[in-house]
Amino acid sequence: MKPGARSRRLGRAGVYLLAILMALWVLVPIYLIGVAAFSEQQAIYQFPKPAIPRPFSTDTMAFFLQSRGVLDATKSSVIVALITLLVSMVIGAPAGYAIARFLFRGRDTFRILIVSTRAFPIVILSIPLAVTFIRWGFYDSVYSLALMHTALALPFTILITGSVFASVPKDLEEAAMTLGCNRAQAFLRVALPLALPGLAAATLFTFVLSWNEVFAAVILTVRNRTLPALVLTVLNESPLPYRFAGGFFLLLPSLVFMLFIRRYLFSLWGRVVK
Amino acid sequence: MAEIRLDNVRKTFGKVVATRDVSLSIHDREFMVLLGPSGCGKTTLLRGIAGLDAIDAGRIFIGGQDVTDLPPRRRRIAMVFQSYAVFPHLTVFENIAFGLRMQHVADADLKKRVQSAAELLQIADLLQRYPAQVSGGQRQRVAVARAIAVQAEVLLMDEPLSNLDALLRLEMRAELKRLLKELNATVVYVTHDQVEALSLGDRIAVMKDGSILQCDTPLNVYDYPASDFVGGFIGNPPMNFLAGRVVTNGSGVRVQAGSVEFDPPAHLGPALRQETEAGIWLGIRAENIQASPAQADGALHGSVLVVEPLGSHNLLTVQVGNERVKVNTHADAVFQPGQSIWLRLAVDKIRWMRRDTGQALP
Repeated sequence: MKPGARSRRLGRAGVYLLAILMALWVLVPIYLIGVAAFSEQQAIYQFPKPAIPRPFSTDTMAFFLQSRGVLDATKSSVIVALITLLVSMVIGAPAGYAIARFLFRGRDTFRILIVSTRAFPIVILSIPLAVTFIRWGFYDSVYSLALMHTALALPFTILITGSVFASVPKDLEEAAMTLGCNRAQAFLRVALPLALPGLAAATLFTFVLSWNEVFAAVILTVRNRTLPALVLTVLNESPLPYRFAGGFFLLLPSLVFMLFIRRYLFSLWGRVVK
Repeated sequence: MAEIRLDNVRKTFGKVVATRDVSLSIHDREFMVLLGPSGCGKTTLLRGIAGLDAIDAGRIFIGGQDVTDLPPRRRRIAMVFQSYAVFPHLTVFENIAFGLRMQHVADADLKKRVQSAAELLQIADLLQRYPAQVSGGQRQRVAVARAIAVQAEVLLMDEPLSNLDALLRLEMRAELKRLLKELNATVVYVTHDQVEALSLGDRIAVMKDGSILQCDTPLNVYDYPASDFVGGFIGNPPMNFLAGRVVTNGSGVRVQAGSVEFDPPAHLGPALRQETEAGIWLGIRAENIQASPAQADGALHGSVLVVEPLGSHNLLTVQVGNERVKVNTHADAVFQPGQSIWLRLAVDKIRWMRRDTGQALP
């Protein structure tokens, strides 16, 4: 074996090792949480931990879901996330399309402005917002929180949809226009279907972003808590099984999101659209 | 009837002038090729005709109608893109049917027209496939079928063959020529490939820096280039240019190049007299030079630099004075590098050009 090939092989092994370590770093805690969430409540104190929940039980999850406020909070979370998703797509996707397709004066400034909205810590934004919402009689409502989440999600929505639309060749829309479409028809018949997988990914991303957001949720709501806000506030006085089950439940959308995105992006037109 | 008229069409991108006041008339059912190096404005002009980019000044007429401010869909055009722009989310059938669906053509008629367009391009057995499942050459055929299915009066093609490999391009070129003759459409075809232009066009408009330098039949453009640029751009190898000096002798005008004096056509006499100071170029194509190993009267002396056997003929590079001249010889003519050689120019094939501007004398 040549020395060059040998060191290259070693380098490859190193990369794999590092990748495996990084994956374990993330996966092991998730796995342990999962195991704990589906074990019986007493099993949580067992040591060493079993590799698979035995006996398998949904007691812990049921206990969490039946705890006071959890179902309502879940409902609030879903409503907030759905509104966030809807509003940020309605505002963000056209903005992303504009950035991807048109050269306009101030496009780069616009791009920087979008990102710079994230430069302010949520802490600084939340307190004045809470005051404003109280004055407007808008405080402690899923709608005001959804508004906040939309503001937080928009930069990502715009940038992601922007790159999604940029990946659809302009030629295709132009071809549609020479074949009898006006601009809107060309968008609806060609650009939109091709961008759909990417837009779906952006949508799910927005959903997860809102679902996971806790800081603004804690400050802007009192009785209408979203799930992470509720879990956070009762975390210290709740039993361990509650925490594991809550953790796993909160993780779920992210896990589904990642699995779904993979399948969607790779299997649909992922290989066709270069 | 779909003749196209461009009237002083100008388009600028920032400070870059893409087309400077181009005027051009394309007859009904003519095959017009826009030929030029990259950045000469040929694609800009085509996109202007298509209506994909608004032009900054001038008017565009198609079939006598002023279409300058009309969107592409109102211009009765169809276009084939360099990238093919085949819709990846639609089957080949739906791709070809796309324009017909936009026109709300009835189902039975639509099927018939898609079928016949597909048969013309020999892709009828691919109709149910998606573009990702067919080869690059077939995708190109889909793009052409899609454009001809709408039976537009004007067909615009933007380097349609440039993404094909050499063999496929050759095959497709001949097929396109046959196909487009049958279609009775006015065709505007953009390419940077001079062979494509010569083989396809009824007329060729040679462009450079946003202007049309010459617009004529392929043979005229080849034999009588309007300037040194056109002569150098068209033909393989490009035209040779020899520096010449105008020698006046009473009423006679001769041109001396190297050690040889040539007699230019009599009608050029007055024009040549004005070039005594600047001197002129003698433009001559490689196949219009006769090479001989033996000394001959009226032949330029040089030495062979390179011999390239090309199968059908040999291409020689010959050093004559300070200039290098490309000469075609018979495949069986044996010349060796370093050998002395005498070149006889076919005087009636010489193109006389002003050396300062590069313009050919009329």
